[in-house]
Amino acid sequence: MRISKKLAPYIFISPFFILFFIFGAFPILYSFFLSFQIWDGIGPQEFVGIENYIFVLTDPWFWQSIWNSIVIFVLTTIPQHVIALFLAFVLNSKMVKFKDLFRSSYFLPYITSAVAVAMIFSMLYGEHFGILNTILKHLDNLPLIGTLFDFININPPIRWLGEEAWIKPSIALMVTWQFTGWNMIIYYAGLQNIPENLYEAAEVDGANMKQVFFKITLPMLRPVIFFGVTLSIIGNLQLFQQPYILTGGTGGVGRAGLTTALYLYRTGFNWNMFGVGSAMAYILCLFIIALSLINRKIFQER
Amino acid sequence: MSRENNKQNNLPDYKKLKKITNKTILYLILIAGVVITFFPFYYMMVLATRCRSEIFCYPPPLWFGNSAIINLNILLDKLPFFKNILNSIIVSTLATLLVLFFCSLGGYGFAKYSFKNKEKLFFLMLASMMIPPLLSIIPWFIMMRVFGWINSFKPLIIPGAANAFGIFLMRQFMEKIPNEIIDAARIDGAGEFEIYYKIAVPLSKPGLATLSILTFLSSWNNFMGPLLILQDKTMYTIPVALSKLNGNFETPWGATMMGTALGVLPIVIVFIMASKRFISGLTRGATKG
Repeated sequence: MRISKKLAPYIFISPFFILFFIFGAFPILYSFFLSFQIWDGIGPQEFVGIENYIFVLTDPWFWQSIWNSIVIFVLTTIPQHVIALFLAFVLNSKMVKFKDLFRSSYFLPYITSAVAVAMIFSMLYGEHFGILNTILKHLDNLPLIGTLFDFININPPIRWLGEEAWIKPSIALMVTWQFTGWNMIIYYAGLQNIPENLYEAAEVDGANMKQVFFKITLPMLRPVIFFGVTLSIIGNLQLFQQPYILTGGTGGVGRAGLTTALYLYRTGFNWNMFGVGSAMAYILCLFIIALSLINRKIFQER
Repeated sequence: MSRENNKQNNLPDYKKLKKITNKTILYLILIAGVVITFFPFYYMMVLATRCRSEIFCYPPPLWFGNSAIINLNILLDKLPFFKNILNSIIVSTLATLLVLFFCSLGGYGFAKYSFKNKEKLFFLMLASMMIPPLLSIIPWFIMMRVFGWINSFKPLIIPGAANAFGIFLMRQFMEKIPNEIIDAARIDGAGEFEIYYKIAVPLSKPGLATLSILTFLSSWNNFMGPLLILQDKTMYTIPVALSKLNGNFETPWGATMMGTALGVLPIVIVFIMASKRFISGLTRGATKG
């Protein structure tokens, strides 16, 4: 069978559009429809207007889940991007050798399944027998660090996953460990696009590393940072696997680890409230868009 | 040039010392990063070889024990774990093969043809990448139930077979194929599909390699879809199997770490072998265009 040159491109790109309309666009529209219904997935559907939206927006658990998601997002995104920028800059400069080795090593956590990582970290986070608390206890016994720990009110053993105040930092720490390498690669790719002669000019002018970083690298990377932070917003506001595993699927003590994605999952699939779940999905989507717009605003100004 | 060298050699001692110190500090930071990166993997393997009483004692073990076989037996008692690994291999391989075919085909369509509404369709495709998957998860699950695809691998393979990211990536690589080769083949009487698989595909092998690793990884690590769809122990993929071990006081931690290690290590080994190529393919695909 021969296909004409005119028809060929449409045939070649059609699989995407067919699959997208069936498995992408249709569920989104159906989700919108469901968000105005009460439905347990089996019985009859009942139209309730915007009741589901009102229910979600007046639900304290929902607002707590949004707060949790945003706190985790802030706690992990800032260290992730700062460390990633530093690593990408150092590994792109002429200062060190074995660059490929370092780059591959830092990238390794990213390719590991988040479930596996969370399983490992729930061991590291053990209260009495976990390795992290063991290390902290040893550090606490050292004279200077011990005083510092007292000062910032850290008293090992820390109940990483057993205490409300620590659940979010624990999740954030793990996410940082897993995704810093990914951001490093984004920044590394961005650094490849900065013209070499800018650096050469700076070298001729006798600029030091600090000046090069703040006067050339950082301004030139701004679009890349914007891109990276946008990905972090989209990813972190949909954080599911990590809190699901670390809190045993419940959200943890006082629901301190209940992210919106996890709450949405529980609403839809544990409690079979498909209508409320769909409304929640739409509201979450609005939050993601709002945060992305704020992010864009921040990067446009300055 | 020679003056430059002279300048380097005549650096005052304190400056030289400062430079060496800076370099040492830099290396120490980088090495500390490597240790932090690798330690959880190492610790996973240590615990996989330790029995319950050794894991729950103070101070915790830092070196390998000899309970690996016991842990493996506990794991196999709880789950058909080798079947779970096989499931992961089947799902990831099939998903990767389909993605390679449909995304290179779509990428070729967008890279080497001009047609009506091309820009609009391309933009629509890119825009579809911005949609949060959570938005459609509930209706998606209902659809799978209507299709009778619950407890089957189909939902994990078919919906993503021609995905926007893969097509975008392949377009990046295929745009570099010279038009002259394609035109010459056409003059020689080759059909459009023939040109695609005899010329475009062989010429974009680096792109296909990058895409296959990325697809295999995301399929291997996929969690929410399989968690919703796969209901029988014998159908679980590795992440779902692992998650079912978790979450109660009876969790057999040594066995769980053994399972985690078995699920993680194949990927880590493949990555270590292919990492240099993979990362360069990733950065190239991300920057060009």
